[in-house]
Amino acid sequence: MEYYEEPNARVALGLRRPEPGDWYHGYPEYHVERDDDKCIRCLVCVRQCPYDCTFYDPYRHGVYNVHENCVNCRRCEFMCPTSAIRMTKWGAGFRDNDNWKQKTIRTVYKQADSGAVSLTGLGNDREYVSYFDRMVIDASQVTNPSIDPLREPMELRAYIGKKPERHTNPPEVYPNLKAELPVIFAPMSFGAISFNFQRGLAMAAKEAGTYFNTGEGGLHPDLRQYGDHAIVQIASGRFGVSLDYLSNAAACEIKIGQGAKPGIGGHLPGEKVTWDVSRTRMIPEGSDALSPAPQHDIYSIEDLRLLIYGLKEATEYTRPVSVKIAAVHNVAAIASGIVRAGADIVVVDGFRGGTGAAPAVIRDHVGIPVEVALAQVDQRLREEGIRHQASLIAAGGIRSSADVIKGLALGADAFYIGTAAMVAVGCTACQQCHRGRCSWGITTNRPDLAPRLQPEVAAERLTNLLHGWAHEIKEMLGMMGLNSIESLRGNRLKLRGVGMTQVELDTLGIQQAGL
Amino acid sequence: MPSMRGNRHFIRRPHQEKDISACGIIGFINRDGTRVSGDAIIRSIANMHDRGNGLGGGFAAYGIYPEHADAYALHIMYDDERAIAETEALIRNTLETEHAETIPVHPNGTVTEYPEFRRYFCHAPDVEERDADEYMVRLVMRINAKIEGAYVVSSGRNMGAFKGVGFPEDLAEFFCLQEYEAYLWTAHNRFPTNTPGWWGGAHPFTLLDWSIVHNGEISSYGINRRYLESFGYACTLMTDTEVVAYIFDLLVRRHGLSFEQAATVMAPPFWQDIDRMPPDEAAEATALRQTYASAALNGPFAFLFGYNGGLIGLNDRVKLRPLVVAERGDTVYMASEESAIRVVSPDLDTLFYPVAGQPVIARLYSETAEKTSVAHGGTVHGN
Repeated sequence: MEYYEEPNARVALGLRRPEPGDWYHGYPEYHVERDDDKCIRCLVCVRQCPYDCTFYDPYRHGVYNVHENCVNCRRCEFMCPTSAIRMTKWGAGFRDNDNWKQKTIRTVYKQADSGAVSLTGLGNDREYVSYFDRMVIDASQVTNPSIDPLREPMELRAYIGKKPERHTNPPEVYPNLKAELPVIFAPMSFGAISFNFQRGLAMAAKEAGTYFNTGEGGLHPDLRQYGDHAIVQIASGRFGVSLDYLSNAAACEIKIGQGAKPGIGGHLPGEKVTWDVSRTRMIPEGSDALSPAPQHDIYSIEDLRLLIYGLKEATEYTRPVSVKIAAVHNVAAIASGIVRAGADIVVVDGFRGGTGAAPAVIRDHVGIPVEVALAQVDQRLREEGIRHQASLIAAGGIRSSADVIKGLALGADAFYIGTAAMVAVGCTACQQCHRGRCSWGITTNRPDLAPRLQPEVAAERLTNLLHGWAHEIKEMLGMMGLNSIESLRGNRLKLRGVGMTQVELDTLGIQQAGL
Repeated sequence: MPSMRGNRHFIRRPHQEKDISACGIIGFINRDGTRVSGDAIIRSIANMHDRGNGLGGGFAAYGIYPEHADAYALHIMYDDERAIAETEALIRNTLETEHAETIPVHPNGTVTEYPEFRRYFCHAPDVEERDADEYMVRLVMRINAKIEGAYVVSSGRNMGAFKGVGFPEDLAEFFCLQEYEAYLWTAHNRFPTNTPGWWGGAHPFTLLDWSIVHNGEISSYGINRRYLESFGYACTLMTDTEVVAYIFDLLVRRHGLSFEQAATVMAPPFWQDIDRMPPDEAAEATALRQTYASAALNGPFAFLFGYNGGLIGLNDRVKLRPLVVAERGDTVYMASEESAIRVVSPDLDTLFYPVAGQPVIARLYSETAEKTSVAHGGTVHGN
């Protein structure tokens, strides 16, 4: 198997610095501590490590590590049957310096080694302020009774799409998504994630009465049966787009941008374009799948309108059309334009959103938090009297049911969860998605790694997550004296801010705690 | 005007936060249109004395101005001479006034300090009937929002609201309500947890001939208010009741919904119940819920909605506030407590507790085709 290369002789002898000029790997970040008394030489760790970090030396009958290759994915630690392995940080690191932190220095080494863009996966990991964590929620005391969701009905159903401004007889009806809870699986393409994971997402979405999003990688023929629960993306590469793809889905989504990498495209390397990926994306096997930075037929808002109505025509006005943008500085005006261009759903993806691969400099420094973007978009659409024309989905940085509650109160109709869904199936947030050798079988299609995640297991864990969140959302609604999410949506009186400036409070449209 | 000495303000709102209050409510309508004095409603609301704390009470009465039946009757309360001058100048410039006078008051009991009350019987000049209502609504909003120290208590035809700070029975005496005759009376006894001395915050809250007395707390207030603001309503009073009135106005007057549909919007059926409805009914309920999701009232409430043609009672959809309805002859009573009805009408034909979220609509006979009972569902008792 090509993936099980024997370590080269230098490494096998325990000589470090495998390549001259590789300063990045010269300083290990993590240390794989192995208790030799506990180790039974079962070699699970050796077989599980996809990062060439663990090897067995038959001459010494021992298991050894190339620590500088360790990414702290914790797969070996998790799998070790005798708990002999423990991950620790390597030594003291560099001299203490709040400005030149280890990560900063190592990134410079890496670039000086390679002359390349520093790539990464997952979402922005920097210490920006989290507005979610600075908002607190209201509860009923005396003047109105809190409601016990175990005894009383509690409604989480969300209709997502355009609504009429006023009731008529007979009523105007627009196609809407009907989600039994306002949480939808975020766009993650087959190719970026494993087929098994996408299948697990589809199964869980069907089970929980919500939706998954294909991302830009097309819909695999085996997932066609989940079309009623699929939101299909039309991105700049137009991978996998056909009439069947559009009309077999619950909704179509035009991807303009992604919170983790606003303004740039994507690149799925040819070696990841396997036969299965190739037929799903409708590109030749082994060819690079390049997503241009813009959609080359959308250079302005009127072009967007053409594509929106092109999709509506193609689906005979039976599906809502969504437009997904990254949260950037003038997001409110952009969202307003998108609604006026005819979108039924606007997805605003904040800068904490994840990615299969992005330049670290962009992931970490571009875009704005989804909380403020959401608050501003909702307010702008209301001021313009067009809030009913589109639903608002917040994405990028939703970690818990508390974030969902707070986002609802700020004005979102529903939420995308991507990273949370990955963590639910085993992701340890090691940020190696771009390397295509995810040790948990989530962001890889390597035939030795992908089967590590089984769709049934993924589906069960994802369903559990949604179930748990739904319970928590119901408890929090009941605690506020509400029994339906539509009475929380945009109800900013239910939020208060702690530790924010007045400008921040005003931007979010909430009051200081205590007032 | 002894009330206006010193620096006391009755109309400026003392606090910025949402007003929270609990209450007792009672209303009755003589469906044949017979007018009766305020005596019965006063005895009814006084019977629920302990549901208030002396910080607010009020009444709405329909049919009290037969001599000016076609004119909009503006009841306005004032803090000072400047507000009077400013408001009267505005009225002179915008309306044709048929008659104007001070509302007679009689200080007593808990009501010793009070603002000035005046009423004006006016016509909107040179505008169509339907537009006249819109014209009046805008004028009322302008006075309330722009003229400090002036507050429009009511503005409908052949009706009036009387409200203030004090126990309702004292306010009734203060406003000499025994001397008015109406076919529809509603009353309110307030238990606010803040805003002492705020006369405008008392119920009923009105818009044209619509009046609302309300017991409850609207937990969805935040979104209801933002929704209404997108239709141009300025929610200046920070009371739950204000949004109820504006939602009625939006749904019924501006969007042309029936009162039944408006009730479906405000206290929507649960999805689990909609899913079991016949397809037509389910489609309509789904459309109403989708379209007016932000107008749904969530939280405990019972309110009485009065208009020239009838009286409507509505509970929240899980019935977290009391509401009882009774009929005796041509009279329909709706109240927080049965005792408030029995005290004025010991023998009743029917008495029932309305089903959560289902409106009870008692129209004047002149407004309906048949003289049918208003009873539905709930527990029906003969007596």
